[in-house]
Amino acid sequence: MSRKKLWVSAAVALGAGGLAVAFGLMWRPAIDPIDKPVEFDTAQIARGADVVTAGDCAVCHTRPGGKYLAGGLPLVTPFGTLYSTNITPDATTGIGQWPFEAFVRAMREGISRDGHFLYPAFPYKHYRLLSDDDLADAYAYLMSGPPVYEPATPNRMKFPMNIRPLIAGWNLMFLHTAPFEPAAQQSQQWNRGRYLVEGAGHCGGCHTPLNFLGAEKDTKALSGGVVDGWEAPSLLGLASREKPWSQTQLVEYLQAKVVDNHGTPAGPMRPVSQELARLPQTDVDAIAEYLLSLPASDAKPSPIGASTALTAESARLGHDLFQGACAGCHGGAAPMRAIDGRPALTTTSAVQADKPRNFIKTVLEGIAPTPGEPGPAMPPFAASLNDQQLTALAEFIRHQASPDKPWPDVDATIQALRQETP
Amino acid sequence: MSKVNLNVNGQVHSLDIDPDMPLLYALRNQLELNGAKYGCGLGQCGACTVIVDDKPVFSCVTPCAGLEGRKVRTVESLGTAEHPGPLQQAFIDTQAAQCGYCIAGMIMRAQALLEKNPRPDQATLRTHMATNLCRCGTHLRIIEAITRVIENGGLHG
Repeated sequence: MSRKKLWVSAAVALGAGGLAVAFGLMWRPAIDPIDKPVEFDTAQIARGADVVTAGDCAVCHTRPGGKYLAGGLPLVTPFGTLYSTNITPDATTGIGQWPFEAFVRAMREGISRDGHFLYPAFPYKHYRLLSDDDLADAYAYLMSGPPVYEPATPNRMKFPMNIRPLIAGWNLMFLHTAPFEPAAQQSQQWNRGRYLVEGAGHCGGCHTPLNFLGAEKDTKALSGGVVDGWEAPSLLGLASREKPWSQTQLVEYLQAKVVDNHGTPAGPMRPVSQELARLPQTDVDAIAEYLLSLPASDAKPSPIGASTALTAESARLGHDLFQGACAGCHGGAAPMRAIDGRPALTTTSAVQADKPRNFIKTVLEGIAPTPGEPGPAMPPFAASLNDQQLTALAEFIRHQASPDKPWPDVDATIQALRQETP
Repeated sequence: MSKVNLNVNGQVHSLDIDPDMPLLYALRNQLELNGAKYGCGLGQCGACTVIVDDKPVFSCVTPCAGLEGRKVRTVESLGTAEHPGPLQQAFIDTQAAQCGYCIAGMIMRAQALLEKNPRPDQATLRTHMATNLCRCGTHLRIIEAITRVIENGGLHG
């Protein structure tokens, strides 16, 4: 064989090998459909309801005004917009034809029944920690609900993220979740809490910073992220910070209540906490115990931008705005404070935070009332206050809470968030 | 007390008021525009809704401070008893008012929507109107009144 021929056959062999490897990585077989779901006993379905609640499945898989778990909620990512899918047991548009093994593969590896790759916005990175029993119960619950015919809304992902097989590369790089092992030296409740936080609860999906490929930075787990314009604050050192969280406060916060000295969940955390409020009390207690045990991060806080001291003019405007817009509920003598537990703003987590983002977000968007619940609700102020007023109000309230540490970049944050608020 | 210039229904008024006074009080007490109503005072019922620039706001939680340079519109700007505007006429035709306390706010919220979107679908309309409450329960007639305006070609039809 000539030298040239040898080179050619080597190249062909290498190419074929490469293709085979790529094929092996990117191809997954379909799993045969089932005709109709098996029937499950009610005790298992009831246990599954708790798993699905702990997993916040309905938060993403139900769109506003849509049917429960029928999908269609848009998720805006830096790579384009995804729409959650129908996970009711409808045979054609839902998961009605999925056997249990297909469900397990989706939850642990992010592969659909027909073999296509699911986007990692679906947190299989966390769900793969779920025990076999929990998965079986969740499957029983999902397959026993009313089927809803609701075809998926096509995703609008940008190139190259619209090519699903590339997710194989993402999985190769980032899907390294170690199996869940209880820590022997910790209590049962602590271990239960960790299982829920890292598994079904997938808290890291928002509270862990993401890298440029949208994967959680595992070394900075739960140290805080940004989601939908809101700051998902760090969950590290909750018990040791200047205004620490107690177990009772954190439990009530997680259950969507208004908590003295901290406030109430707003933004994307609100629907999550409303789901958690439906979990057994012992589970929420466990989540809180685990979170409160996490030590503060030893990383230096990132340098924050320039802040300016409060001018007399801004202080006066801020005071007037507070009296006119906020004091009705949040002023010292407001009846809402006494009757309905509205927090003094200076103590809320949003005002205590190092950055003004969540305070501004809350004022712009308010807290939408939940149908059928007495509150809390807060009107949106996006149209009532202009940027200058909002700046004055933010600086005034921050000054009341933390006179030595004015917020940085209030103007810039307001402008950026205005762009996002419809 | 200090001078606050308020542009209301196309006219500038120079008022000597506390700048922290909610817009609703200035409209009713100083300007005697009594369309917008005081309901809850907490921005939760919508009876006080007026339009600032092009958006509906709760005037009970909108301080006068800093409204300078912005255009406030109240229900009085839409028409008169003799010549009601399209939404006002539709509310009369469908008998959408029971006690009437919420109606000025309802009309202004609907007005803001139809100015921006002359042909909203029912879901959009209902979501938009959801922040305004009517304790008599005439929501169905209120929705019918607004729908009638939409079907008749909008605010200019």
